[in-house]
Amino acid sequence: MNRIDATFARLKTQGRTALIPYVTTGDPSLAATRPIMDALARAGADVIELGVPFSDPMADGPVIQRASERALVQGVTLASVLDVVAEFRRADATTPVVLMGYANPIEAMGIDAFADRAREAGVDGVLVVDYPPEEAADFAAAMTGRGLAPIFLLSPTTPESRVESVARLARGYVYYVSLKGVTGAGHLDPAEVGRKLAEIRRHVALPVGVGFGIRDAVSAQAVAAHADAVVIGSRIIQEIEAGPAADAASRAGAWLGTIRHALDAMPGKPAR
Amino acid sequence: MRMMDLPYDLPDVHGHFGPYGGVFVAETLIQALDELRAQYARYRNDPAFRAEFERELKHYVGRPSPVYHAERWSRELGGAQIWLKREDLNHTGAHKINNVIGQALLAKRLGKPRVIAETGAGQHGVATATIAARYGMECVVYMGSEDVKRQAQNVFRMNLLGAKVVPVESGSKTLKDALNEAMRDWVTNVENTFYIIGTVAGPHPYPMMVRDFQRVIGDECVVQMPEYAGRQPDAVIACVGGGSNAMGIFFPYIPHRDVRLIGVEAGGDGIATGRHSASLTAGRPGVLHGNRTYLLQDGNGQIVETHSVSAGLDYPGVGPEHAWLKDSGRAEYVSIDDAEALAAFHDCCRIEGIIPALESAHALAYAKKLASTMGRDRILLVNLSGRGDKDMNTVAERSGLKFYCRPECNPEFPGRNA
Repeated sequence: MNRIDATFARLKTQGRTALIPYVTTGDPSLAATRPIMDALARAGADVIELGVPFSDPMADGPVIQRASERALVQGVTLASVLDVVAEFRRADATTPVVLMGYANPIEAMGIDAFADRAREAGVDGVLVVDYPPEEAADFAAAMTGRGLAPIFLLSPTTPESRVESVARLARGYVYYVSLKGVTGAGHLDPAEVGRKLAEIRRHVALPVGVGFGIRDAVSAQAVAAHADAVVIGSRIIQEIEAGPAADAASRAGAWLGTIRHALDAMPGKPAR
Repeated sequence: MRMMDLPYDLPDVHGHFGPYGGVFVAETLIQALDELRAQYARYRNDPAFRAEFERELKHYVGRPSPVYHAERWSRELGGAQIWLKREDLNHTGAHKINNVIGQALLAKRLGKPRVIAETGAGQHGVATATIAARYGMECVVYMGSEDVKRQAQNVFRMNLLGAKVVPVESGSKTLKDALNEAMRDWVTNVENTFYIIGTVAGPHPYPMMVRDFQRVIGDECVVQMPEYAGRQPDAVIACVGGGSNAMGIFFPYIPHRDVRLIGVEAGGDGIATGRHSASLTAGRPGVLHGNRTYLLQDGNGQIVETHSVSAGLDYPGVGPEHAWLKDSGRAEYVSIDDAEALAAFHDCCRIEGIIPALESAHALAYAKKLASTMGRDRILLVNLSGRGDKDMNTVAERSGLKFYCRPECNPEFPGRNA
């Protein structure tokens, strides 16, 4: 069983919600990413999503765009992201790491070469924002063939008929984008999330994570009432950019700790 | 059987031109694109829609645009006869408006009161602002903040027409970043907003749809050339940034196997310098802005900054159908550098009395090169895709000329202070 499946299986028996922070690799510096990952894991991250910076992050709001630009200025590449994962993996054998990014850096490395190197580095899953299932057959096969999870997005506008095609390719978990718009936008409607998740679960046996628009303990709890995992990105990056780079890891860890605490304060979930 | 012997019916239902094109967007945009595809399929051959489109092209744009024999220039070059397809004579001064009308009519039928667009040189933004004014739609145009500075006059035009111009500060602050920002707006406001993409790129159905709305250029030429020039041309030449004017004039000529199709990319300071925008000439296939196509990128798959004297060609990608036409061998792609384009710009001004857009000047420059290698009985058809009024400041700066509103404003004007 891979690390993602093992993590969700364990959380399920504990009746807990997974907490998945996202940070962009190389923000504020490449050297800072590994300590940030350690701090997030210590603060209770169940899975860590690492952003692969891209010059044209079309689906991201201003916060993650800025993080991407800060990383690119320092010459961060997909290869350096894999190096960071390998380094993290030597010290932490259990926390799953999921890469999140855009298709072009992966295609530039070559899908198979990337899949080999990702497995070697200790990556567990990969979410390519601009690979919808229709364009992802080769990619998904390269991932699953090496025991890596191809992770896909679902959105409020995804019709039920498409959820099935996503379910066929997806492994690990699916990532429900809780609102229309880009990463970091506002206006989360928990009741609507609950309704849509029920629909998704009719077709998808995998755990469902929810992200986009979760900014504090209250919104995290509201989402956790419905979701198997809470994904938080822009808000953590704002913590990272809010002060000196040297303390970025402790700020990110401290903030994530408050969310962990809020989630663990909720009554345990019955097994579905 | 060779691939190109088959009837040409691309893209396929998934929007693929061979390995290119497709729908490479986040899940959040899929539903909007599915809806657009379904609605476009419905109206594409709808007689009422076609009739309204054609009526607008005739009475508002002024179509058909003429084909014009550049006799003096051809004589000076001493080779092939150069004919110009005069898209510069369209309302708003370029071919861009053909496509904008098509998409705006679709937006009306879809009940979307708000249109957005990206623009580089500002021509597509001006066309969109124009049509939004005509149809009473709210209009927001995204433009890289670098381009806002370079094309101040077009920003003013858009404002006059009632559009809001949003300067984009992210990335390289040019066309590609404006496109990213327009996509972000669309995904956020998809319920009331129609995204009018200005070129034959982006996710399916845009490359097909924009081509369909621009093919009127080539359709007219196929009729006009035998009538006025006595036969079809030996080659059709057009500049290629994203590639909409080229696709528009090429497409109806694809089955005319004896007609060479030549796309001219922006060579900037020269391909060898790396400062250019020639994606087909010097790029590699990759994924950007919703489609797979040739891209200017570094070894790590990051999109690189491009350069061209013409803002409208300053784009690191190219429409996927051009990528396919290149690989299949049906079209050839070459590049012309800034200096060659400027020289052709001045030739066209002084010899033909036509001030061309700097984009179109790239096609003129290649025609100039090619014509002199051919006999006088050969015919080259060049798409003069736009007029050059917008480029006055750039040309003045680049040519070491000074640009004054009146001659007497020039401190060196004879008689001043006399």
